[in-house]
Amino acid sequence: MTPLLVTKGLSRHFGGLRAVDSVDFTLMPGEIRAVIGPNGAGKTTFVSLVSGRIQPSSGAIVFDGADITSQPAYVRVRQGIAYTFQITSVFANLSAYDNVALPVQRTLSDGRSKGAVKAGVMTALERTGLADRAHMPAGQLSYGHQRLLEVAMGLALKPRLLILDEPTQGLADSEIDNFIALVREIARSATVLLIEHNMPVVMQLADRITVFNAGKILAEGTPEAIRENAAVQEAYLGTAP
Amino acid sequence: MNEASPARAYALHLGVIALLFALSFVLPEYYHGLLARIMVLAVFAMGYNMLFGYVGLLSLGHAMFFGAGLYGAGLAIIQLGWGVPLAFLGGVACGALLALVIGLLALRTTGVAFMIVTMMFAQVFYLLILYFAAWTGGDQGQVVPQPARVLNFGATSLDLTNPTVRYMTALVLFSLVLLVMLAIVRSRYGRVLVAIRENEERTKMLGYDTFSNKLMAVVVSGTICAASGAAYALLFGYVGSSFASVQYSILPLLWVLLGGAATTLGPLIGTVFMYYVIDVTSGYTSAYLLIVGIALILLVLFFPKGILGSIRQRWLGWLP
Repeated sequence: MTPLLVTKGLSRHFGGLRAVDSVDFTLMPGEIRAVIGPNGAGKTTFVSLVSGRIQPSSGAIVFDGADITSQPAYVRVRQGIAYTFQITSVFANLSAYDNVALPVQRTLSDGRSKGAVKAGVMTALERTGLADRAHMPAGQLSYGHQRLLEVAMGLALKPRLLILDEPTQGLADSEIDNFIALVREIARSATVLLIEHNMPVVMQLADRITVFNAGKILAEGTPEAIRENAAVQEAYLGTAP
Repeated sequence: MNEASPARAYALHLGVIALLFALSFVLPEYYHGLLARIMVLAVFAMGYNMLFGYVGLLSLGHAMFFGAGLYGAGLAIIQLGWGVPLAFLGGVACGALLALVIGLLALRTTGVAFMIVTMMFAQVFYLLILYFAAWTGGDQGQVVPQPARVLNFGATSLDLTNPTVRYMTALVLFSLVLLVMLAIVRSRYGRVLVAIRENEERTKMLGYDTFSNKLMAVVVSGTICAASGAAYALLFGYVGSSFASVQYSILPLLWVLLGGAATTLGPLIGTVFMYYVIDVTSGYTSAYLLIVGIALILLVLFFPKGILGSIRQRWLGWLP
């Protein structure tokens, strides 16, 4: 099976800081992969390089067998890489409906019919439980609902790779349970790359975990293997008692 | 905004067009002529609003697009002896082409740099008009002779210098552009433009090529402004460099701010309001610009979103 995403020697330097330092990373289709690591380990920079929001200093990114290193972000989105922002950045002045209509209308293959946009929007809103808030301005939604709206926008892009950057940050415990169920459902049709600090969420969702530290991959493996890994415990989980 | 209440919005706009039509029969001569001029300039304001209101790009050089239409149409008649319809299309084409070139260059910048770059290009355009005075008439400008401003359809002819014909021609152009603007705003393309205004980075990450979308908006905006300029040359018969000066880049911004940016009818309301205030105050004092200035300050203080923008915010959320 061809990997969905491969990075080779991927690096990004900010001045003297090696935020991402020569990372070789492989992601197979259908996986839920969690990326964890201490603050400043380069997780967000890494997925920003993959999504095309920032350009690498060196290295290559291959998506589904094709080199996409030099492609602008919007082309990568069209090829199926969707990114949901760590800091919620929905269009605050537009309704929830319009927020989701933007990705829906672009992915529609039959260009014209109005009904198709509406159906696509409502499907995405229903999957995230926001259907009854469709006409509220996004800025007036609660924080948890804005996070879900981000996910709805990502879903509406019909991605092959959905990158979720700290999606449960600021969510209440009850919302987190629903969220885990939602990600499982998404994973049936897309590969998920999940940056997450909440370890219970990571342990429940991830097929495999990649641990970043100081811009490099420190370890990679199943949740059990990572839990047992002494280097990871030292760098991130804290030394064992 | 997009899916809701289409019938109400179209009814309102058709009502405004019907009102302007009816006014033609009741207004005294002076106001009749003034309103014809205002409708043409409101088209200019609508073109400006397309870019400023919906895409959020503040240009300080739109006089060059108005001027391109004005000179394109005027010189086609004066220097080349073209007929009215062809001259109008020629003027519009000049504006569209200019907008494409300026857009390609100026859209590399954003914010303050975009303002300065558009302003500089407009100054170059203005100085070129003065430089090629042999052709353009320089700062004196040129008059488009009355006989050349007649439309011939076989046996019948339309004299654009006739007040009623002039008013109705202006109304047709205004109505057409107003309905096109309404359609754009309600379309999927309009939704993308607003998204770019609200958060361009996010719009890119939804898979949109924001540069092409913005370029398209500059071209449409420039084309509408050029149509206004071309109509002005043909209807009012004067082609002068003052219409390409900085003042005419600032005026549409003021009209749009007054009426309400990102509203379809705001440009008309702003243009009417500005002319009305100037008209009333200049009857009382020669210092009328002072009063205009005070009116503007009061408006910005109490109606920061413009007349129609504030009405939409407080009472009529469905206004397009």
